[in-house]
Amino acid sequence: MPNHDINPNNWVKLYSDYLYNYTITRVSNHEISQDLISETFMAGLKSMKNFKGEASERTWLISILKRKIIDHYRKINSNKGKAEVRMNLTSEDSEGNWLEERVLDPFDGNAESTMENTELGRAIQNCLSKLPAKQANIFEMKTILNYETETICNELNITASNLWVIVHRARTAMANCLEKNWF
Amino acid sequence: MPCEEANHVCDKSQYKEASFLEKIKLTLHLMYCKACRKYSSKNAKLSALLNKQEPVTLKKDTKNRLQKQIEEQLKHQ
Repeated sequence: MPNHDINPNNWVKLYSDYLYNYTITRVSNHEISQDLISETFMAGLKSMKNFKGEASERTWLISILKRKIIDHYRKINSNKGKAEVRMNLTSEDSEGNWLEERVLDPFDGNAESTMENTELGRAIQNCLSKLPAKQANIFEMKTILNYETETICNELNITASNLWVIVHRARTAMANCLEKNWF
Repeated sequence: MPCEEANHVCDKSQYKEASFLEKIKLTLHLMYCKACRKYSSKNAKLSALLNKQEPVTLKKDTKNRLQKQIEEQLKHQ
């Protein structure tokens, strides 16, 4: 049985997007998702000693996150009955923040396509997480964040042909993975 | 055009970075190469799927903030 290591310094890089996708499909709110992820990381750090390495880091973090999501719903529930009017469908300081907010805008498209979109998002993240870290990182920068080839090359200090080889490998792996899990 | 190059051009064209001449050469290659046709269609399918998906990633400064939080917490432990 493989023993898994724990390394909190890589958590954000490796898992934050995955956790975000997991959370946003369950709480449908960008801010709350962020808070829950942050709480999850903190709780993870505190109970690091209890990590036995039986499951992978990601599975372990997800299990913490699940508890946090349940706690979150408990909290909302106990707030019921207290008169509280909160209207934050749109916030004034939404400037520069629209990328995430667009993700689950309830007025954008019908429920079905939203659901498909988030499910697809998880399938994509799932496949991404199976790639080697370097491939996943470059593929994400190139394809999902739409960075220019040159920008990525400069930032990561690699040549363009190097980048294309990595992108090619990642694309092949992603196509196979999604073919199995999505189509 | 060898298959390796064909696949490379095919990858580039997914990001609209292939030149006109390259695209013509690729089309010619695809006419007689079944393996590359398969790769091309897979590749296009993947692109279509990825384009359908809104970018669901956290912003860089959010990630930086989370990273700092973790580092702070590690220092106190």
